[in-house]
Amino acid sequence: MNHDSYPDNYIRGILNTVKTIAMVGISPKENRPSFFAFKYLLERGYHMIPVNPGQAGKSILNQAVYAKLSDIPEPVDMVDIFRASEYVLPVVEEALTLRPTPQVIWMQLTIRNDEAARLAEAAGLKVVMDRCPKIEYGRLSSEISWMGVNSRTLSSRRAQNLGTGVQRMGLGATNKKGDH
Amino acid sequence: MPDAERTPGFATLSIHAGAKPDPTTGARVTPIYQTTSFVFDDVDHAAALFGLQTFGNIYTRIGNPTCAVLEERVAALEGGTAGLAVASGHAAQVIVMHALMTPGDELVASKKLYGGSINQFNHSYKNFGWNVVWADPDDLSSFEKAVSPKTKCIFIESIANPGGVITDIEAIAKIARKAGVPLIVDNTLATPYLCKPIEYGADIIVHSLTKFLGGHGNSIGGLIVDGGTFNWSRDKKYPMLSEPRPEYQGIILHETFGNFAFAIACRVLGLRDLGPALSPFNAFLVITGIETLPLRMQRHCDNTLVVAEWLSKRPEVAWVSYPGLPGDKYHKLAKKYSPKGAGAVFTFGLKGGYDAGVKLVSNVKLFSHLANIGDTRSLIIHPASTTHRQLSDAQKVQAGAGPDVVRLSVGLEDPDDIIADLELGLKAK
Repeated sequence: MNHDSYPDNYIRGILNTVKTIAMVGISPKENRPSFFAFKYLLERGYHMIPVNPGQAGKSILNQAVYAKLSDIPEPVDMVDIFRASEYVLPVVEEALTLRPTPQVIWMQLTIRNDEAARLAEAAGLKVVMDRCPKIEYGRLSSEISWMGVNSRTLSSRRAQNLGTGVQRMGLGATNKKGDH
Repeated sequence: MPDAERTPGFATLSIHAGAKPDPTTGARVTPIYQTTSFVFDDVDHAAALFGLQTFGNIYTRIGNPTCAVLEERVAALEGGTAGLAVASGHAAQVIVMHALMTPGDELVASKKLYGGSINQFNHSYKNFGWNVVWADPDDLSSFEKAVSPKTKCIFIESIANPGGVITDIEAIAKIARKAGVPLIVDNTLATPYLCKPIEYGADIIVHSLTKFLGGHGNSIGGLIVDGGTFNWSRDKKYPMLSEPRPEYQGIILHETFGNFAFAIACRVLGLRDLGPALSPFNAFLVITGIETLPLRMQRHCDNTLVVAEWLSKRPEVAWVSYPGLPGDKYHKLAKKYSPKGAGAVFTFGLKGGYDAGVKLVSNVKLFSHLANIGDTRSLIIHPASTTHRQLSDAQKVQAGAGPDVVRLSVGLEDPDDIIADLELGLKAK
């Protein structure tokens, strides 16, 4: 898998398939990028689980915080990692011990660990690195276009409202392959 | 639906980038959202919008869905990460500088620029304490010498107004990179059809939409494109991007928005507080103009070459400055940076001097005598008797507006008609 660039249907397929996302390294501070991404995805219908040992037992945006991935009592579809590249490998190793195993390992902007990626892919997981799911969702739903951002998409199909809330768009794909 | 891996061509992007049929009505063409404000779901939604936690529209001074299509369109055409539409090209420059400069800072600028930019840098910027240091694009070492520890950016025009000067973008980009500052390129006269400065190392692009992008002389507008190439957090030079912002509960814009942080900073700090917003109606007209950008620019260039060649053979004409002509000083640079054509704006000198210039502009019937460039209509001006009249003769020459200089912006009329009109004007008694 080439991790220097991802086709849009790969990303869209992932964001249309996963329902439960565990965010490792989320900050409780409301001005941090991890908090922004958590809130955004929560509002778009994802079941978001915060993971942060320093905040275990508390809650962030009404979601109970767990100390580590293996403490989560329910299946996790995607592990979203907000930790520096050098701390990623242990997180991925722990993710691979979960049952059922998650389907996706996602590493945030500037985070890239090719060794951890290879490990996860060998176990059959999909991997995304150096991307933010909030920005990718924004790009593929066209929400980010409201900010003048180049979504690098092009379509003459109608954009899809999410169905809940004003100014919330959906991803508009009906299949797991991510085709539009 | 285009295959996810293929990058659409320029003509396709000119028509489609940034635009999707309206989700609610199915309207194909971008609606003109002639509204000042947008409703919130509830107070939490409002707070999330104001806090930049979610994407959306609040108030047309900060953002508008019609303007957003224009922003994405131009960003896509330039190969940038994001765009910001503003009221004019001048406003685009001020907003860019506002994000980069603090009082006492310096901007290194090419001296071969549109006169309006020269005035803005020389005069108005003094009120903000921003100091311009001029450099000569024909002498690259002058750029290196102009850089100081106070320099925050370098500013050039790709094709420069009025005399068809081509700037060596790549060479100056290297100087900017070495100095650790972004290179800003005003790409108005070229448009991304002729030249994409980001490909040569530019970090920020500014446009006057008023000119070739809008293309029809009907709307004043400006646009900033973020190249997404500059590391704002490398040092402490750009606190608007690298430091916690008190206006937004302490978020760090570069960290939060990554490679489109500069465009966001211009919007949520500059545009929000200084206010030069673009009218949604103007944005609509410019979007419509851009759909034919490749067709128009090619015809502009083809017509201009014919006109320049014709003028160069006229007995009344002393010299023609157009990089499309083989003998021209900038012809080699034009072949490198603008191979499809050398643009539509150039100057020539009349042997009869000042009086001949006045006579020419007074006697043409097809050319419009006005201060603009980049219209479907052919435009003419004699700067010495109009825009630059108040300068001394020496100052006029310095500015490329000597008494004998006439500037043309060649339009899309039939070239035979354009030439016939010039002949009429040249022969008038």
